[in-house]
Amino acid sequence: MAVADSDRSLELQQSGAPARERLARIWEGEAGLRGWLSTVDHKEYGKRYIATAFIFLILGGLEALVMRVQLAGPNKTLLTPEQYNQLFSMHGLTMIFLYAQPVLSGFSVYLFPLLLGARDMAFPRLNAFSYWIYLFSGLFIYAGFVLGYGPNDGWFNYPPYASMRYNPGPNMDFYAIGMILFGVSSTAGAANFVVTFLRARAPGMSINRVPILTWGTVTASFGILFSVPAVSLAFFLLWTDRQFGTDFFNSGQGQPLLWQHLFWIFAHPWVYVVVLPAMGIVSDALPIFCRRPLVGYTVVVLATVATMVMGFGVWLHHMFATGIPYLALSFFSAASFVITIPSAVAVFAWIATIWTGRPVLSTAFLFFAGFIVMFTLGGVSGVMTAAAPADQQLTDTYFVVAHIHYVLIGINVLAVMGGLYVWFPKMTGRLLDERLGRWNFWTVFLGFNIAFLPMHWTGLAGMPRRIYTYPEGLGWTAVNVVTTIGAFILAAGVLLLLVNMYVSRRHGAAAGPDPWGGPTLEWATTSPPPTYNFAVIPAVASRHPLWEGSLDESGERSSLQRGMILDDGKEMLTTTALDAEPDAIQKMPPDTLAPLLAALAATALGAAALLHAWIGATIFTLLLFAALLVWLWPQRAMGQISEQAHV
Amino acid sequence: MSDEALRRLPVGSVGHKPFGWWGMLTVVMTEGSLFAYLLFTYYYFVVQYGRIWIPEAPSLRLAGPNTVILLLSSAFVWWAEKSAARGKTKAQSLGLAIALLLGVVFLAIQVLEWRDKPFTLGSGSYGSAYFITTGFHMAHVVVGALMLAAVLLWSLLGYFDRERHAALSIAALYWHFVDLIWLTIFFTFYVTPYIG
Repeated sequence: MAVADSDRSLELQQSGAPARERLARIWEGEAGLRGWLSTVDHKEYGKRYIATAFIFLILGGLEALVMRVQLAGPNKTLLTPEQYNQLFSMHGLTMIFLYAQPVLSGFSVYLFPLLLGARDMAFPRLNAFSYWIYLFSGLFIYAGFVLGYGPNDGWFNYPPYASMRYNPGPNMDFYAIGMILFGVSSTAGAANFVVTFLRARAPGMSINRVPILTWGTVTASFGILFSVPAVSLAFFLLWTDRQFGTDFFNSGQGQPLLWQHLFWIFAHPWVYVVVLPAMGIVSDALPIFCRRPLVGYTVVVLATVATMVMGFGVWLHHMFATGIPYLALSFFSAASFVITIPSAVAVFAWIATIWTGRPVLSTAFLFFAGFIVMFTLGGVSGVMTAAAPADQQLTDTYFVVAHIHYVLIGINVLAVMGGLYVWFPKMTGRLLDERLGRWNFWTVFLGFNIAFLPMHWTGLAGMPRRIYTYPEGLGWTAVNVVTTIGAFILAAGVLLLLVNMYVSRRHGAAAGPDPWGGPTLEWATTSPPPTYNFAVIPAVASRHPLWEGSLDESGERSSLQRGMILDDGKEMLTTTALDAEPDAIQKMPPDTLAPLLAALAATALGAAALLHAWIGATIFTLLLFAALLVWLWPQRAMGQISEQAHV
Repeated sequence: MSDEALRRLPVGSVGHKPFGWWGMLTVVMTEGSLFAYLLFTYYYFVVQYGRIWIPEAPSLRLAGPNTVILLLSSAFVWWAEKSAARGKTKAQSLGLAIALLLGVVFLAIQVLEWRDKPFTLGSGSYGSAYFITTGFHMAHVVVGALMLAAVLLWSLLGYFDRERHAALSIAALYWHFVDLIWLTIFFTFYVTPYIG
């Protein structure tokens, strides 16, 4: 049948058993290993992202524990200085790059189409590609570490320490090429989120009815599109400095400080990239447990966007101690104070939601409440370091380490754990155990605060970060012992979560489609959802399609049972960017190995470049182009070819 | 929305409606940022070191005509896309072929220009900035040329008509973007030394 048969029926239909069977036949992929490797189902990749990110969280956590043992007392010799350098560098980059952003991508990849009432992401194959190359980039950097060539200059990798003269091993080259591959992954993912958000929402889901989680992710995705090139470029230039004698960051005619500019132009927005989607998780999930809509939807959305935009104007506050001019100090210090305002807006919105709601003290709620407290504390220490004079005292001390952990564990990890309690039932059909969940929460919360609250003091007492040991008698011993104990309690808390997921996956209570009484579309489909997500394309009439009965905001009702079936092949509806009016029907691609092969070729190209194996690099480049050509070849079944063409 | 209106929805890749068109817009955003950071590097050095950092008064002998060649190629791509929208398949293939040819000529002249330079990649930060920035751009021209080649092939296979030529529109968008980027590089490396 031709793609655009004019007599096809597109009437609104009821979702019934025959339609579901037809859709299942169309959307379900192959079984077995080949099916596992070639699937393009977003739900599959969402789960893989989360699982992979958690494996990296465990690795980064183990690295931290080894460091904490080394620091538990003065003059310890468990680690050599070089081993310590590699451990803190790997710990930092693992947590910030390989855990914090991908885990949020996991939630978003899984939830985007479900929240938006779509059947998949806009680019299912790109979705697969961005997962695979994320995995390979992590393995690439870890391959260096396992071979004894882990990065050893901290996650922000300042030259001249990172340049060839002072760091002749391949350590930095593993990091540089690995990060370029990782940048490809996050950029591909971001493009996918942006287009899905703009073009694949359910009809009627106008831009002011979109769940906040997707606002957070799409805002962060714009941040990624604009900021990641800075760091990919910086790492590329560092690599050519090291391998081909260019002179960007060397202290000859280059500028070591240029690295810091390029790095922080990326890394400060990145802080918002790894927190805005997490804030979105809380903005969407907290109201479920307060039994009322979020207070101030519009201001929270505006604050989200404003935070990201302003996030591009504060990078210099990471460089207050580098001798930059006073005028720049004042400007960036002021900007850093101003950026706290939109963050505070979100905090007050959450507090008002709890205050005026009827809170249900579930484990997820505890995590979100803990998140708000930690967010506030991390914000306050952020305000302290935003003041240039204070920062010049605090820079490169444990105070900054305490601050970043309050921000990243507080805003990212607690939100992710709470989010797992909310959406794990959607992903698996089983609830996580609430009793174990409470133990999980309190162990994490107490362990975290025991570990990091004293660290503020350690920093004020003058202990610099990144020293592998310290002498007796400086007053740092007791606080370090407490931090080490706290770190192990925190690790035990994370272990409890893993145990809970492992046990509940098989033996948890059955969840049903909507265990929490949620307001958004993902709760309208079964748990776990069928491969096609929704039997009919829902038509949305409000922000809370599933709460319309009890809220009764307007007379209009969303239509969840009657709508377009779109069962003439793999199909998705495209809607207009602002009003979400139906615009076209897109044909979606079948399962394919092309994304996996392209990711493999790109990674092999990176490895060949690392080894200066130029024949190999040429071959892998050609293979990469071949995989892309197969991937992009126009298909009649996807409506990409003229109706008249004889193919 | 009424059933009648739904029945008229276009199916498949029609006009600028496909996801791919929007995806290319995000590519333009992120690649545009990449070049902004490359030029930031140039201006950062100029601010730090002043005019003496630039080792030669850059000659427009090759770069000037080459800029015209690249802009002309954009015009031919534009003509090819217009022809596709009017259903003129021969003009569409011809436009793509000429644009591709002009792209290759641009690359060849760039190689000549590279040979002419009195400095090298490793002879200081100006040389590094010059060769890396123009090198990045040439890599983008190569990718754009490969896109044009693929689209030309599909055009000759008769894949495109009035409605369905998304791949052509997407490649064209990328090509125009790469040309626009060249203008910013040209302005930075070849024009600002004379006006600063």
